[in-house]
Amino acid sequence: MSPLKIKKGTSKHSAYDLKDPNGDYIERHTLACVVDNEAGVLARVIGLFSGRGYNIESLTVAEVDHEGHRSRITVVTTGTPAVIAQIKSQLERMVPVYRVHDLTEEGASVERELALFKVAGTGNDRIEALRLAEIFRANVVDSTLESFVFEMTGHSEKIDAFADLMRPLGLIEQARTGVAALSRGKE
Amino acid sequence: MANKQMTGAEMVVQALIDQGVDTVFGYPGGAVLPIYDEIFQQSKINHILVRHEQGATHAAEGYARSTGKPGVVLVTSGPGATNAVTGMTDALLDSIPMIVLTGQVPTFMIGNDAFQEADTVGITRPCSKHNWLVKDTDQLSDVIHQAFHVATSGRPGPVLIDIPKDVQFAKGTYTPKKEAHTKHYSPKVKGDIERITELAELMEKAERPILYTGGGVINSGDSATALLRELAKETGFPVTSTLMGLGAYPASGPQWLGMLGMHGLYEANMAMHDCDLMINIGARFDDRITGRVDAFSPHSKKAHIDIDPSSINKIIHVDVPIVGDVAHVLEDLLRIWKSRGRKTDKEGLAKWSKKIEEWRAKRCLSYKNSETIIKPQYALQRLEALTKDRKDRFITTEVGQHQMWAAQYLGFEEPNHWMTSGGLGTMGYGLPASVGVQVAHPDALVINVAGEASWLMNMQEMGTARQYNLPIKQFILNNERLGMVRQWQQLLHGNRYSHSWSEALPDFVVLAQAFGAKGIKCTDPSDLDDAIMEMIKFDGPVVFDCGVEKHENCYPMIPSGAPHNEMLMGEDTGEDAIGSSGAVMV
Repeated sequence: MSPLKIKKGTSKHSAYDLKDPNGDYIERHTLACVVDNEAGVLARVIGLFSGRGYNIESLTVAEVDHEGHRSRITVVTTGTPAVIAQIKSQLERMVPVYRVHDLTEEGASVERELALFKVAGTGNDRIEALRLAEIFRANVVDSTLESFVFEMTGHSEKIDAFADLMRPLGLIEQARTGVAALSRGKE
Repeated sequence: MANKQMTGAEMVVQALIDQGVDTVFGYPGGAVLPIYDEIFQQSKINHILVRHEQGATHAAEGYARSTGKPGVVLVTSGPGATNAVTGMTDALLDSIPMIVLTGQVPTFMIGNDAFQEADTVGITRPCSKHNWLVKDTDQLSDVIHQAFHVATSGRPGPVLIDIPKDVQFAKGTYTPKKEAHTKHYSPKVKGDIERITELAELMEKAERPILYTGGGVINSGDSATALLRELAKETGFPVTSTLMGLGAYPASGPQWLGMLGMHGLYEANMAMHDCDLMINIGARFDDRITGRVDAFSPHSKKAHIDIDPSSINKIIHVDVPIVGDVAHVLEDLLRIWKSRGRKTDKEGLAKWSKKIEEWRAKRCLSYKNSETIIKPQYALQRLEALTKDRKDRFITTEVGQHQMWAAQYLGFEEPNHWMTSGGLGTMGYGLPASVGVQVAHPDALVINVAGEASWLMNMQEMGTARQYNLPIKQFILNNERLGMVRQWQQLLHGNRYSHSWSEALPDFVVLAQAFGAKGIKCTDPSDLDDAIMEMIKFDGPVVFDCGVEKHENCYPMIPSGAPHNEMLMGEDTGEDAIGSSGAVMV
């Protein structure tokens, strides 16, 4: 018997406060990090996300300044406003990180993703797939008599919508790059 | 002048000398032999051979925390590196500057599962502030200088440099310290003046203010300590501190409330709960401090001074965030507050101090003493009484009840004299840390307040103490229990003492002798003073086995998930003391 009369499984029964103070109001943010393109920098950034329990919805990385060896890592993440603020300051204090832009917060931005879809079929399905591709401004980058590979760029939601339409028409494989984003305007 | 050509191993030694390193804690092995060969052929750097790589890291932490300089560790690849992981994590959580140099298998063998190969940079990425695998000798010295810069700038922490054996053998160009690439990492040290002015305004109006200080004050250096003392004196605000910040404000100071937090003093926690202005100076709202977050100090405006922006608003939302180094910010704060006329609410402060005196009167550290059994609190009170006049007294601790009692019953007048594992809570920290402190201060009185279970985790370091004639004093409060675990099991798990007692303990006196140290055993309160004096006077390492009450609980205590004003008190405390259960909620 516990002299404190504490219920099992409650915070007071534990070595930690078991109540999550962060609440459940979730936001989606696109963060762009400019980093030194040194060995292990990507592992460092994504290790921060997994180690601290943050979410990654999409991740895009490439060197953008070959002379200065700078890469741009674009991460789409979700979390409560407090968690998003933490993610930014945790990223900012990393040694190889130069800047972190919260494109969702810093005003208007453009977000684009590139996707490739392989759609196999014949007859009406094939014609319908091609017609829809035209509406969505997808390009045909490979074709056989029984298949197309479409290429399209656009906002992730547009790509999702196209994928949904292609599914009944013979979508067999897709590849997506994840989001790349820039703020609008001259800044 | 052309920069000098030298081998990678020569560069390591040269770079350490250029960085002002006088001591390295290490353990040799296949992948660091070239560096050890260079160490053999020089006399500027003192190498301390530990008995286990974890010991090297904690010794480096003790060295760093007691000197304010970074600690340096040199270990081999594979197991050498993995054994250093606990100490690095400890240093990361307690913001201790440390440079760990690890050997690695030759570059062309990396990834082959070679003998003693481990993915050291992969393993240590989450437990270092930064790390580097150096594949080119030409870059080695530049990286070492960068590593010192990163470890010691901003919020200090451990860094690691992994050096493959072929890089140590190959020749390259040495980059001197002043030519190294250190510019891009430069954390902000000056606080925002508008925010600081906002805080000065709040200070003028506060009726119930409190200074909540942490390890950041000590990391910021001596000027930060001096400025904190000036701030407290000039304003008359009461001061409490986290475990890591003890000594920044003197324990004998008139405004000292004692440590706060889970095992903090009643007056400190009550003042935190009831204050109307909380000024957090270099602390981080750790969960051992806050208790229940949504009931944490509900009526206060909160200001937070921290050099790490990620510490701000992480756990507790603050009204006045100030990113900057403690010394820089306090200097500006004092200047601004003085120039505005040095105002405080004298009437409010007088009432506040009366309230604090009421809390103090509870005498929350009272305990029931015994004529026949040494109470652990009594042992520490006697240790304090017999050593507090020695300005060169350094205390390290292991982790558990004894650590909390040491924080409660020992008084620290100066910073850098208290070395403990706060954030990570690493059992086995204290003995090697005391080795590191004694190496840095050969003539000082260095005492490790220990529990027998923690102490056994790194007791091999007694060999290091013997080898270098380090007169460290191991003051073991031996209750034959994992005291803190047992306390939680008693309070929260129905007295089911699952694996929390130490069976088959060694005879500590014989064990001490086996290491070539002196052993003292004491179990009678009336012998205690003489035994402690015998320990202090002995010129050499001592293991003091102090047999204490086995089932003593550490109070006061805030159960997790409880706010600061719901503390558990010991049964001898205050007027509304407690019945047979041994503890009540107050």
